[in-house]
Amino acid sequence: MSKTSNQKSTEPANKPTVAVFKFASCDGCQLSLLDAEDELLAIAHHVEIAYFLEARTRTLDGPYDIGLVEGSITTEHDAERIRDIRKQCRYLVTIGACATAGGIQSLRNWADVDEFIQQVYATPQYISTLATSTAIADHVPVDFELRGCPINKDQLVELITALVIGRVPRVPNYSVCVECKRRGTVCVAVAKGISCLGPVTQAGCGAICPAFNRDCFGCYGPQEFVNVTSLTRRYESQGESREHLVRLVRNFNGYAPAFRAASDALEEQSHE
Amino acid sequence: MSDKRQFEVKALSRVEGEGRLYVRVDGDKVEHVELNIYEPPRFFESFLRGREVREVPDITARICGICPVAYQMTACHALEKALGLTMTPEIRLLRRLLYCGEWIESHALHMHLLHAPDFLGYESGITMAADHREVVERGLRMKKIGNDLLAILGGRAIHPINVTVGGFYRAPRRSELKKLLPELEWGLAAAVETVRLVASFDFPAFDQAYDCVSLQHPSEYPLNEGRIVSSSGLDISVEEYESHFEERHLPQSTALHSVMLPAATSYLVGPLPRVNLCLGQLLPTARREAESCGIAWPSQNNFHSIVARGIELVAAFEEAVEIVSQYHVEPSVSRIEYTPHAGEGCHATEAPRGLIYHRYRIGDDGLIAEAKIVPPTSQNQGQIEDDLRQFVPSVLQYDDAEATRRCEHLIRNYDPCISCATHFLTLTIDRQGK
Repeated sequence: MSKTSNQKSTEPANKPTVAVFKFASCDGCQLSLLDAEDELLAIAHHVEIAYFLEARTRTLDGPYDIGLVEGSITTEHDAERIRDIRKQCRYLVTIGACATAGGIQSLRNWADVDEFIQQVYATPQYISTLATSTAIADHVPVDFELRGCPINKDQLVELITALVIGRVPRVPNYSVCVECKRRGTVCVAVAKGISCLGPVTQAGCGAICPAFNRDCFGCYGPQEFVNVTSLTRRYESQGESREHLVRLVRNFNGYAPAFRAASDALEEQSHE
Repeated sequence: MSDKRQFEVKALSRVEGEGRLYVRVDGDKVEHVELNIYEPPRFFESFLRGREVREVPDITARICGICPVAYQMTACHALEKALGLTMTPEIRLLRRLLYCGEWIESHALHMHLLHAPDFLGYESGITMAADHREVVERGLRMKKIGNDLLAILGGRAIHPINVTVGGFYRAPRRSELKKLLPELEWGLAAAVETVRLVASFDFPAFDQAYDCVSLQHPSEYPLNEGRIVSSSGLDISVEEYESHFEERHLPQSTALHSVMLPAATSYLVGPLPRVNLCLGQLLPTARREAESCGIAWPSQNNFHSIVARGIELVAAFEEAVEIVSQYHVEPSVSRIEYTPHAGEGCHATEAPRGLIYHRYRIGDDGLIAEAKIVPPTSQNQGQIEDDLRQFVPSVLQYDDAEATRRCEHLIRNYDPCISCATHFLTLTIDRQGK
């Protein structure tokens, strides 16, 4: 108990406030904060977790210093809600592929959403949704993006730490290939002929997929300034089917501009 | 003058996903209860059409960040049935171990950070930690062990990447699993402490005539396999699920609502039904704790679910210790190869929060032609509303804040995962005329 009271007496005054907001998503990225088991209580000591419905009932009103946003915009109401949240947050950070690129649910953007509703729900008139699933940055200015499906909890801890002490978060922007080499994994694309998205995908996961004998499937989205089409062309020349490549690029980050352009280009070629 | 009141919880907290609760009462008569799931729909069953068989475990994992393994395991088994694949005993055992990891992570989180605060009078695990630091730290350490187990077997804790139709892309290394053994043994002892703690909580007297439903297996506690049984005597194969259970679409919800046929009645899935129906299959330590915790099983009070969850936490650690201790040789075959072809298959497994069912049809092109997914929370939704109808009269003596707190506590008995069911909670209590 003495430990507890000590801790209380040393609580920093005017702690920065953190709020966590959810839109269309699986909850996995905000869960990453609770998954920082070794750091969670220390974080709660240094910042005021002011709004985090998944973890606590008490909520404090804004404005907030840091707003973490999970999920994509899929309803009119959510499109309005994010504009209000933006006004309340000094730094607005998107966490994960849904908030940053629209998520797996952005597959609807290539389909007829009314048909989707009819397939899943017996009474479609009860469902209100937009035809598209879009990234937060399509609606409001975003200060920083954490990539990943899901995000890496160490990057989340780094982000909160950096914002609290007032420096830029250190998050790598090189490709998964760099992490793979560092890990000493034999290249699955070269050695096994597997169509792997590692060369065009931003690092952050630790290059786990190739270490488990499989393709990178792009959870962290496109790295800056990549030519995805040159990679898919290479795989096509090795005999990979165009249909497979469209599906490979069009998943959790499929609606991120670089991936989207690449899958659309592949489809156009098929129609020529 | 009328005694009408209404209560509303606009955003339920300490649950996964988004929902609200609306209750309207007249005097002590409950006129209307509505669990409104407003989490926006994401249409997984639609966009799975036209995807490759091997993509399904990667995609369905994204339905839920808390229980991705449940989706992966159910999808893999259903698709393996469609393809006529039989798993090796080694793969089967590693899949049980993977599921143990998810049960540990999910149960430890729910018990210590989300549900125990209701019993001990705190708004969150974070606040509770100021007075019960050891309990919260113990819970976090257990949760971490579950996540570490998931990372060794699955590559990472959330949305594992090593699960595939036919087995694992790579078998876990013996050295990595053995290194975790001391922590798993610590976890087993810690979970026993936790069961004893939660069994000492005060439970509201709230016995209901639940029809409990779970998988049941003759020789093991249900995770990946078994027949579907109920406390009312149902005993069917998984293939018969859709003849006995039906999903209905109600206006207040983006989740479909499951009922048991023929009378369209509510039923209960999750830890309480599993302990009630499968007590005999628990491993010795878990069984000893179940029998000595002071609750008579079968229990008809879902406030006891936190104890059932604790017993399952012991069970998951106990089984993990057993499997890891016996993992002497890495299997030479970590996955069964296949060529996709037309077929249909369904399967049910036990997610941490209850029975989960998937059915897939593969077309002639080897791609998914149809998918049906029934998560645990949509099955429990009717039962949660039935519970509230019975429970609300007992909280009307309190002001709105306290009445709401008590209703939320009841809802958390279910560890609802609303992201899964769409598909978080907002409670409205409408006390009409006030």
